[in-house]
Amino acid sequence: MAGNKHPSYLKIYIILVLLFIVSVIGPEVAPAFGAFAKPIVLLTAFGIAIWKAYLVCAYFMHLKFEKIYAPYILLACLSLLFVFFFGTATDAMFANGHNWVKPMDEKEKVEEAMARSYVLKKEKHGDGHGNDLEDGDGLDHDSESH
Amino acid sequence: MAHQIIATGRSRTGIPTGRLAVWWVIGSEILIFGGLIAAYLLNRFNHGPSWSVEAANTNTLIGACNTFWLLTSSLFVVYAHAASERRDAAKTRMWIWLTILLGGFFMGFKAYEYTTEIHHGFTLFTSNFWSFYYTATGLHGFHVLCGMVILAIIAEGDIKKKQNWHRVENIGLYWHFVDIIWIFLFPLMYIAK
Repeated sequence: MAGNKHPSYLKIYIILVLLFIVSVIGPEVAPAFGAFAKPIVLLTAFGIAIWKAYLVCAYFMHLKFEKIYAPYILLACLSLLFVFFFGTATDAMFANGHNWVKPMDEKEKVEEAMARSYVLKKEKHGDGHGNDLEDGDGLDHDSESH
Repeated sequence: MAHQIIATGRSRTGIPTGRLAVWWVIGSEILIFGGLIAAYLLNRFNHGPSWSVEAANTNTLIGACNTFWLLTSSLFVVYAHAASERRDAAKTRMWIWLTILLGGFFMGFKAYEYTTEIHHGFTLFTSNFWSFYYTATGLHGFHVLCGMVILAIIAEGDIKKKQNWHRVENIGLYWHFVDIIWIFLFPLMYIAK
């Protein structure tokens, strides 16, 4: 691909760093937006991840300038991955039926995880670190209502 | 013994053999890491509350620093490629070694992170979340390590002797892919808590 005019790599890098900053800050400030918190986390964390991956692929890996055969290879593998995912997801997401054994329910798992969480222990001791569990821990949802 | 290069191009695809092989490697890696990420998603959907509590123990700051090292190393390796196209051996080697340095930063931070987590009692066998965490990040770290070794071999074995310039682009493609994997692992394990 020596014949292609290179894009400004520094410009792409600066965009990537800015997106990275947004992807870290977004989920931190999302709880302040109440009902919109979850969409904001999804958009800033995962939406931006896809955007960043596209920029790296297109400009750093030169996929935009590569022969069409290369994107076909990647898309074929990606499609196969989706076949695997949706093929197994239908079974994994509905884990019930004959002879299904669930040794521990989700509530017990949460309690066990909380017992070994050093972030929670730090919070209890009030050293101000470990606010990660304040929001989005899922504890105030299904698990506690059981 | 003389080094003989054969089949450097493929007329059907128009892509040089080495680069075509790297694209196929990346295609297979999509399935390996994609399968891991798919397994993570299925578990996260099924066991969201407990996985959230476990994920809260990962160190976001270290994860963010590692993202920054890899993003920056991607820039350096693309600069190395640009320098190799100008047949500038000194610059190419410089950018390659800077990429290796940032890969070393990544591995160093990862080692510190693992040490801290194991010290707090989170091992491969603690729970499903930690099994996934160590498997995915360990496999990714292994890829980073392999990339660093190959980069060093290319810098000292090829570019220093001003030969096989195309290998810089090939390893660059691999390195960018390793960066892309981390771009997805970072929000999954350090952001979505």
